[in-house]
Amino acid sequence: MMNDATNDHSGVSLQVRQLRKSFNGEEVLRGIDFQVQPGEIFVIMGPSGSGKSVLLKHLIGLEAPDEGEILINGESIQSSEVAGKYRMALVFQSGALLSSLTVGENVGLYLSEHRLKPPEEIARIVAEKLEAVGLKDTADKMPNELSGGMKKRAAIARALVIDPQLILYDEPTSELDPLSAAVIGREIVKLKQRIHVTSLVVSHDRDLAFGIADRIAVINEGRILTIGTPEEVRQFNDPTLQKFLHADFQHESPSSL
Amino acid sequence: MFENIGEIILLFWRTMLALPLAWRQRQKVFEQFFEIGNASLLMVCVLSFFIGAVIALQTGPVLVERSLSSAVGGVVGISIAKELAPVMMAILIAGRIGSAMAAEIGSMRVYQEIDALRTMNIDPIHYLVLPRLVAIALGLPMLVVISILVGWFGGAVVADMNSHMNIPFQVFFSDLRDIVQPKDVANGVFKSFCFALIIGAVSCHQGLATIGGPRGIGRSVTKAVVNSIILIVIFDYVLTRILLK
Repeated sequence: MMNDATNDHSGVSLQVRQLRKSFNGEEVLRGIDFQVQPGEIFVIMGPSGSGKSVLLKHLIGLEAPDEGEILINGESIQSSEVAGKYRMALVFQSGALLSSLTVGENVGLYLSEHRLKPPEEIARIVAEKLEAVGLKDTADKMPNELSGGMKKRAAIARALVIDPQLILYDEPTSELDPLSAAVIGREIVKLKQRIHVTSLVVSHDRDLAFGIADRIAVINEGRILTIGTPEEVRQFNDPTLQKFLHADFQHESPSSL
Repeated sequence: MFENIGEIILLFWRTMLALPLAWRQRQKVFEQFFEIGNASLLMVCVLSFFIGAVIALQTGPVLVERSLSSAVGGVVGISIAKELAPVMMAILIAGRIGSAMAAEIGSMRVYQEIDALRTMNIDPIHYLVLPRLVAIALGLPMLVVISILVGWFGGAVVADMNSHMNIPFQVFFSDLRDIVQPKDVANGVFKSFCFALIIGAVSCHQGLATIGGPRGIGRSVTKAVVNSIILIVIFDYVLTRILLK
């Protein structure tokens, strides 16, 4: 969750231990375990319905686990005191910009609602963050005037306003054309290099995962199949994973029609 | 509807606890207040004029026939101030503003905007529910005061112009003043204040409870309006019974 700023700008470590969650008797997360190092780009990849988004909601505190725990720098985030100590931000799949506010108001919303800065200072920070994601001069536009890729970049700018130590991205390239997806991927890497933020990306985009990840975890049916560097994941010999990695359109030959 | 009553009361209670923050949200309160007035004032005037007119038309000739013409102003005045203006305006506002509240908050829920607020440590009750509840609690009683005045005027016009009554304008208002007391108007305004809280709490709760896509938003809007109207009618009886004492 976005919390009061401290002066510590370094990324944090994240540890998930034996996380379990059921909805209406159906187990969606079945004992998830992984650890993310400070400043790492960690991609959780898996097919739709594998439990990725539910996992992400647990990490940001929108859902509470049935069992297991989530630790940041070794401290459990179930304690509100610890959760308030670290700055986390989630970039939603849809961007989730408030449609009734301008892009600038969206980006500066955390600062203005919590009255952390005077309006002139907020305007300066908003302009700076929008420029950082390549959206200069869009502060006065409404979200519905932006393209899908621009909305996601605006959502990243909104996350950057709090100087996060951990950014969570939910399907950052879904519904984007390949060029826009590449721009978003480059933004994620640039942020890591510039502010050393820890990044956790949930995606089913193979190109993005193998293009930006330091390590990848593959999740399927609520369980982690494997964790490793992109090369290690490629080599991992599991039929489900190999099927997911090599799924492609199959053209039927004219003779078979 | 009744299975959600507990949740609605809880939402209302949490909003009341946040009331000291209302001044901080005054910009949003003003925007909502403007929306309520701007969207509804003309409708309120038209509706109220004809409600007053039809009450005069229905009761006037019957009373005049029985040599009770001096009661026409009082009957129209009392029925509008204590019952028709608060209830009809509450139903109008439930349809016009309650539905808009449920739709707006419901779409924010469906499109994850409320989750985004939570991740920024912004409480949706403070940010969304509080300004709407305060605005409607101020706006509806004001609309009801206007509705009462316009309704009386509508009744007076019909009483004056209808050939079965022919009660002059001044006589109508003089009779009305003899029977209608300030507490009768206050009674109606108080009822409308309670109805405003019902509409605001039910509509915001329904918006926050929205699940699914556009169909879910539609369902929430319908439920917000229907549940508000049912509760208004039930509470109308309860409040009338209490205020009779």
